[in-house]
Amino acid sequence: MDLAYSKEDEAFRKTVRTWLKANVPKKDKTLSDLPPNDPRRIQRAKDWQRRLYEAGYVALGWPKAYGGQGDSDIMRQTIVNEELVLARAPGLIGASGLTMLGPTLLQVGSEEQKQRYLPKVLTAEEIWCQGYSEPGSGSDLASLRTRAELVGDAFIVNGQKVWTSGAQFSDRMFCLVRTDPDAPKHRGISYILIDMKTPGVTVRPLVQMTGDAGFNEVFFEDVRVPRENLVGELNQGWLVANATLFHERNMLGSTTRTQLMMQNLIRLARSHSRYGQPVAEDPSIRQQLADLTTRVEAMKYHSLRQLTAATKGRKPGIGAMVNKLVGTELNHDICALALEIMNSYAPLNRRASHVIDNGIWPYEFMFTLGLIIGGGTSQIQKNIISERGLGMPKSR
Amino acid sequence: MDFGLSEEQDLLQQSAREFLTQECPPQFVRALLDDEHGFSPELHRKMAELGWPGLLVPEKFGGLGLGLLDMALLLEEMGRAVVPGPFLFSSALATFALMRGGSSAQKKTWLPRLASGDAIGTLAFLEASDRLDAAGITLKARKKRDGYTLSGTKMFVPFAAVADILVVAVRTSGKSEKGVSLVLVERDAPGLTIRPLDMFDRTRRVYEVRFKQVPVSGFLGKAGKGWKLLAQLQDLACVALSADSLGGAQQALDMAVEYTKVREQFNRPIASFQALKHMAAEMVSEVEPARSLVWYAAYAFDTRAKDASRAASIAKARLSAVYTRTTNKAVQMHGGIGFTWEHDMHFWFKRAKWNEFAFGAAAYHRERVARFDGY
Ligand SMILES: Cc1cc2nc3c(=O)[nH]c(=O)nc-3n(C[C@H](O)[C@H](O)[C@H](O)COP(=O)(O)OP(=O)(O)OC[C@H]3O[C@@H](n4cnc5c(N)ncnc54)[C@H](O)[C@@H]3O)c2cc1C
Ligand SMILES: Cc1cc2nc3c(=O)[nH]c(=O)nc-3n(C[C@H](O)[C@H](O)[C@H](O)COP(=O)(O)OP(=O)(O)OC[C@H]3O[C@@H](n4cnc5c(N)ncnc54)[C@H](O)[C@@H]3O)c2cc1C
Repeated sequence: MDLAYSKEDEAFRKTVRTWLKANVPKKDKTLSDLPPNDPRRIQRAKDWQRRLYEAGYVALGWPKAYGGQGDSDIMRQTIVNEELVLARAPGLIGASGLTMLGPTLLQVGSEEQKQRYLPKVLTAEEIWCQGYSEPGSGSDLASLRTRAELVGDAFIVNGQKVWTSGAQFSDRMFCLVRTDPDAPKHRGISYILIDMKTPGVTVRPLVQMTGDAGFNEVFFEDVRVPRENLVGELNQGWLVANATLFHERNMLGSTTRTQLMMQNLIRLARSHSRYGQPVAEDPSIRQQLADLTTRVEAMKYHSLRQLTAATKGRKPGIGAMVNKLVGTELNHDICALALEIMNSYAPLNRRASHVIDNGIWPYEFMFTLGLIIGGGTSQIQKNIISERGLGMPKSR
Repeated sequence: MDFGLSEEQDLLQQSAREFLTQECPPQFVRALLDDEHGFSPELHRKMAELGWPGLLVPEKFGGLGLGLLDMALLLEEMGRAVVPGPFLFSSALATFALMRGGSSAQKKTWLPRLASGDAIGTLAFLEASDRLDAAGITLKARKKRDGYTLSGTKMFVPFAAVADILVVAVRTSGKSEKGVSLVLVERDAPGLTIRPLDMFDRTRRVYEVRFKQVPVSGFLGKAGKGWKLLAQLQDLACVALSADSLGGAQQALDMAVEYTKVREQFNRPIASFQALKHMAAEMVSEVEPARSLVWYAAYAFDTRAKDASRAASIAKARLSAVYTRTTNKAVQMHGGIGFTWEHDMHFWFKRAKWNEFAFGAAAYHRERVARFDGY
């Protein structure tokens, strides 16, 4: 055990930090007053990803042949992710392509698919959305019904997706469809790539409880998808999807963002008063703050432990299965305590006078609850941990 | 950056688990519940053959010269097996006190004996006030013609009945940290009497120790300057107990999961009921990340990191809560049988409570963390 980073890693961190300092886009008042999905904001977000890519800091591990850096050093990838958070850099608009589609294609995609799609994922020239959930199929994803019939050299797709994040500005969707309605539910699903501009695709934004239109309904009416857009084998989409789900859930959560939230929470507690007393002097708040600190620290070192295992090529054990469950609930609990601290000021909206921290806490309080649900709910995580991790039998 | 165990450490832990499975199974623990001292000299001797009591002791004094991280792995396994006896207090606390505070003569006298398992030590720290700060140390050491003598009472002294040597926190002057001293007292010194305090955790034994003009056999460090080492011993105890708690929590979880797989109700294994599966998943999601807190706290202690005390408090706060919650759920998952004396689960359930309160409960350490973090 040695927590010191190597000289090379330290030097790399310094380089990244310096670059970010000079290049992270400054807050633009005129833009931040626009709705989140305004084309000017989308363009700016794409520009940012492209700049970061050109500097060599996007998806370092992807092979050079597809536009990546061919840098398999997980440590460096982690350093970049951490520095991005520390530099308060905007999130990457192409995240679902980078973290979900990309790894899947690298694993099971055809050579043509990799050549065709991966470079544009990196540069944000093409933005992807995830078309899994349907009105009748959420946790029970394998029951999905969006139908794709193979007619000649194309699939004809009919059905509906829902909760599709970012569909309103996405160019393409990686999508699960039913290709064999007679097979057992896990064996009749295929994983296909759909161009969102294809005739018959309709996107209808849904407003989230935060007030933003973050996710959408997507309708398919006789949408023609070329057969070559099939990823993996026909009717093997469940296996392909599971590879993606694995990437989504067990993403070696660098906990930098959580640590930063915790620091901000402590700052908030120190600066605010409630019931005639500085909040940070309230024994109950002190206990809660410190309890969260113990949980944040646990996740910090838990992720370092996984990072080490990964660099040594060891399989992630049951420990990695708890990341999504623990991480999302922890983030939400941090925000919940922030609201408790702010008390009467907590519900103030962003533009209200007297608002604290630009209203980020109530926004995040809601947003982080969405993350507890999205990508497999906490209950589904517990099913997975107990069944796959502990070998407890399936419920009947 | 490497936050993992070395091959040697993996091996140490693995062999410890195998040894304890063999030498300290639950029926062995059960037999010791009725033992007068809750201690098996034979088990201690076997552990000494593996070098365990001397794990921290420098090689020149007959030890293995390893660190607290290695010790934590061993203690995790001992927690897993709820090993009864003074090991943690002797081989971690008293031994470390001598290593850091002892004169070269004291080290020469005691460390080889502690390392070989020939002698057992313990720490006499708490008093009736149950305070952890310097003001809680009131046991007076008075200077006499031929050295110091002690008069007063120490409480909750672990395994005093089987200890050869006590490291005692005493007051030589004042009321604050200045004036606290650590002294060595031999257990058979004249004027020293002990009385067992009967507790629900029979795998740990504690005693009231009374001193009536008991001669001090020597000071660890300078008179009046003992607080710093005592504070360090508290950190050490926090890490050691957290490691024990981690192993115990893991064992309780494993036992509960295994039991639910074989117990059938409603014509199926109760492990198939989601209420129990989610309980088990919650236990895993607390225990797994907590393991990293123990590792880090031990590593920080070994490397004398700036945040070593904070890390010790964080580990103690978290593991105190996690061990208690985990054993509570584990008992429940067993149903009525888990509530019996006959079933072993109560060993861990009770140990969890002991560990929770010893050297500061969760709330105490959270308050410490708050201060470390500047609020
Ligand atoms: C912010 C956000 C973004 C999202 N983005 C996307 C996206 O981009 N693409 C996409 O495809 N989907 C997306 N989703 C959808 C998300 O994956 C689903 O909401 C989620 O899987 C739950 O499905 P559901 O909403 O149908 O709830 P349901 O499955 O109906 O669940 C309702 C409740 O029942 C519980 N439940 C269900 N089954 C079980 C079980 N077997 N055992 C115990 N409890 C159970 C759930 O835990 C939950 O509490 C997003 C969701 C959110 C909130
Ligand atoms: C202090 C004490 C006094 C008692 N006194 C009496 C008495 O006077 N007379 C008497 O007849 N009995 C008595 N009992 C027995 C008591 O009623 C049973 O222990 C209790 O009903 C549980 O049954 P079990 O022990 O067989 O556990 P099990 O039924 O085997 O349960 C084991 C675990 O599985 C869970 N479980 C079982 N089925 C399900 C399910 N369908 N869904 C979810 N979880 C499930 C349980 O909640 C428990 O966590 C007493 C028990 C105790 C502890």
